[in-house]
Amino acid sequence: MGLLRTKRSVLPGFGLTLGFSVAYLCLLILIPLAGLFVKSASLTAAEFLAAVGSPRALAAYRLSFGASFAAAAANAVFGLVVAWVLVRYRFPGSGALDALVDLPFALPTAVAGITLTTLLAKNGWLGRYLEPFGIPVAYTPLGITIALIFIGLPFVVRTVQPVLQDLEPELEEAAASLGANRFETFRRVLFPTLWPALVTGFALAFARSLGEYGSVVFISGNMPMKTEIAPLLIVTQLEQYEYGAATAIAAVLLVLSFAMLLGINALQRYGTRRFAGAGEEPA
Amino acid sequence: MRSKRSSLLLSSLVFAFAVSGATARADKTLLNVSYDPTRELYDEYNALFAKHWEETKGEKVEIQQSHGGSGKQARAVIDGLEADVVTLALAGDVDALFEKGNLIPKTWQKRLPNNSCPYTSTIVLLVRKGNPKGIHDWEDVAKPGVGVITPNPKTSGGARWNFLAAWGYALDKWNGDEAKARELLRGIYKNAVVMDTGARGSTTTFVERGIGDVLIAWENEALLALETLSHGEYEIVVPSESILAEPPVALVDTVARRKGTTGVAETYLQYLYSPEAQQVIGKRHYRPSDPAVAETYAAKFPKLKLFTIEEKFGGWKPAQARFFAEGGIFDQVYQPGN
Amino acid sequence: MTSASAGRDWTLADVPPPPRTASAVADPPWVRGLLIGVALLFLGLFLLLPLVTVFGQAFSKGIGVYLDAITDPMALAAMRLTLLVAAISVPVNAVFGVAAAWAIAKFEFRGKSLLITAIDLPFAVSPVVSGLIFVLLFGAQGLLGPWLTLHGVKIIFAIPGIVIATTFITFPFVAHELIPLMQEQGTEEEEAAVSLGASGFQIFRRVTLPNISLGLLYGIVLLNARAMGEFGAVSVVSGHIRGQTNTMPLHVEILYNEYQGAAAFAVASLLALLAVVTLVVKRVLEWRMGRASRAL
Repeated sequence: MGLLRTKRSVLPGFGLTLGFSVAYLCLLILIPLAGLFVKSASLTAAEFLAAVGSPRALAAYRLSFGASFAAAAANAVFGLVVAWVLVRYRFPGSGALDALVDLPFALPTAVAGITLTTLLAKNGWLGRYLEPFGIPVAYTPLGITIALIFIGLPFVVRTVQPVLQDLEPELEEAAASLGANRFETFRRVLFPTLWPALVTGFALAFARSLGEYGSVVFISGNMPMKTEIAPLLIVTQLEQYEYGAATAIAAVLLVLSFAMLLGINALQRYGTRRFAGAGEEPA
Repeated sequence: MRSKRSSLLLSSLVFAFAVSGATARADKTLLNVSYDPTRELYDEYNALFAKHWEETKGEKVEIQQSHGGSGKQARAVIDGLEADVVTLALAGDVDALFEKGNLIPKTWQKRLPNNSCPYTSTIVLLVRKGNPKGIHDWEDVAKPGVGVITPNPKTSGGARWNFLAAWGYALDKWNGDEAKARELLRGIYKNAVVMDTGARGSTTTFVERGIGDVLIAWENEALLALETLSHGEYEIVVPSESILAEPPVALVDTVARRKGTTGVAETYLQYLYSPEAQQVIGKRHYRPSDPAVAETYAAKFPKLKLFTIEEKFGGWKPAQARFFAEGGIFDQVYQPGN
Repeated sequence: MTSASAGRDWTLADVPPPPRTASAVADPPWVRGLLIGVALLFLGLFLLLPLVTVFGQAFSKGIGVYLDAITDPMALAAMRLTLLVAAISVPVNAVFGVAAAWAIAKFEFRGKSLLITAIDLPFAVSPVVSGLIFVLLFGAQGLLGPWLTLHGVKIIFAIPGIVIATTFITFPFVAHELIPLMQEQGTEEEEAAVSLGASGFQIFRRVTLPNISLGLLYGIVLLNARAMGEFGAVSVVSGHIRGQTNTMPLHVEILYNEYQGAAAFAVASLLALLAVVTLVVKRVLEWRMGRASRAL
């Protein structure tokens, strides 16, 4: 373990805690995930490409990416507004509202799926008002997007909120005293500080949405090529005993999600450095 | 400290409740892994069989149920779900237990009467009250502007029966012209608005969500929906010709042998053919295989021209390969409409 | 101490704040009203309405149906299983989270950022895939399947499989919560304790644990909610044996599929209630944490 450490520390427990963490991580997460790649490696390259590149698979990725992107984008906009309102304004019920933001973390996804379908189907509480305008929601990509907005909202709010809280009022005051109006202050001063957090929240919501299953299957309609999401396609392949194809598609999703996580972490490090650098200047 | 002690107390209470389940064990436990629409049937049959077994053998038997899409259930058994018996939607899924898992002998279907099918059903059409779209036969389902609800044949056994019912009808109607059959099926699937993963999901979509104009469904599902959900809002339309759906049952030899339940599991399946069980079957909307019992339910199950999968398609194996495998006829005719 | 907060200390301590001109810093009233309106409408539509729907549907057939649904033996068995699963996976992951956070936050070593990313991995893996990998590993056709069958060990389609899948899904929660907190707290207090001759365990119990206890609880509360509510992964490994391997979310799905909408929402309302309790507990913890940090 001494080899790993780059800085001496007097604190004990490094070997024990790191060893335990890494062992547990390997046993529970990494080895099982490696099994997935071993299994998909049982396909030949041609079979693998056929499985992950079939028109149906491509349509499913397109839908999963499109709906996840749309949902994450909507969350980036509304999540920023919500975070702003929660941090900057005090009004009756703001505390309850703040607590409510975590609901999608705590509510089981299947319950969310059944509930949203009940609400948005054309005989549902909301759906019946949308249907006459020719906006069918349940069983369309729009319905999928709405379910994903539900799932992803807390990711954006909870990453933007702390940054907004830590913003120093002096920054805005300085901008104002230099003659900037409110909108310019937001665009030139606040937004540059907020965007790494905003992008991180967006990416987290996006990564989570890509794999989401429980809340989406009830509302999606599951039409191949139209409303079939990638995780459902994995299940579909499994049910036809196509283990190889299922694991191949799963591996593709996994690699994409992992790449995104790496990106998020790099971004966070970038954000911290920037922030840290800004803090050092006055000294 | 007080909060620590009370939280300790609370968590031990929770834990005690969590582990307190296993009381009143039966002498024998069977696991019946079945498909979606048989829930109500086996709820009643299991009670009947438990009574029968206790009366004849003096032993208590508890039957556990697992329900889901037929293909998914077969896969779970292959992956190690310890089913003593399987009661699935189609012979193809039971065949998989032999082919992919080597859990049963190849000749499983010969072990029980009637191709191991104690009950049969067929595929009918469920429409909204007054039949506003004028749907009377398969061709009407393919008419433009009709919203069709049917599950996805890739994941649902019932959906495969649906597909083959329409295909067989087309072959008979147009003297074996496959181009015509393709055209009919293309029309039907172009009209599909939602494809759930299972038959039960499709019924829910049609009945509770109010989507679509016609549901292609198991006869037993359609009758059950009328019985439990409809307040005169739906009607069954019996097409001029349909398929004889044969959901088979089978003992899972290797599992039952390991668990020492072969005897009771075999009796469990055989007793399905008894007159008492056949009555339950009729009551729960499946067509009884016993002719005498079937007679008493004649009014419930209209006579229509039925063909079997054996005579039209040569069995499940060729049908599966030709129609539902990757790139098969279903993939060719299915084009998502708008 | 990170340099960022050091910078802030300097500003606050030495520079008298400039006179605040409210109009320059605060938003105009119409913007404020508009933003609050948008936020309220958005949260109301996307969060509050679904929550209300769950309870509305649950009581739609009356209180009798509701009580029958939640006292049904199958529902009780599902609750028992859900509690059991949470009772195992929550402590296990909490211990892991503390150990991982200790190693990551208190020491510098190579591959640290890779480790952090690996810990977050379950957040990004589709729940379906999480279930699938354990079927591939422990299923009868899987890598370890033949050995397990030979020795009569049941993992998949039994309680161990459900526990493992749930533990996988909920793996990062505590670590994710503690790592930033412990990084911010630094190592001075622990180093002081070392110089006073405290043992490793004493340091942890007397110095570190009190500092992180609220954050730890906060992570555990979220972890618990997710453990009890997981659907996708558990659905793949459960086998759906009624009264045996059905957790509460799976029981909700079964009832829904049996045309018992009100009963399904009744059981779902218990899970929603759990979610609400979680939110309240979290809120209280946040409030106490806020007070604690002000007290410093």
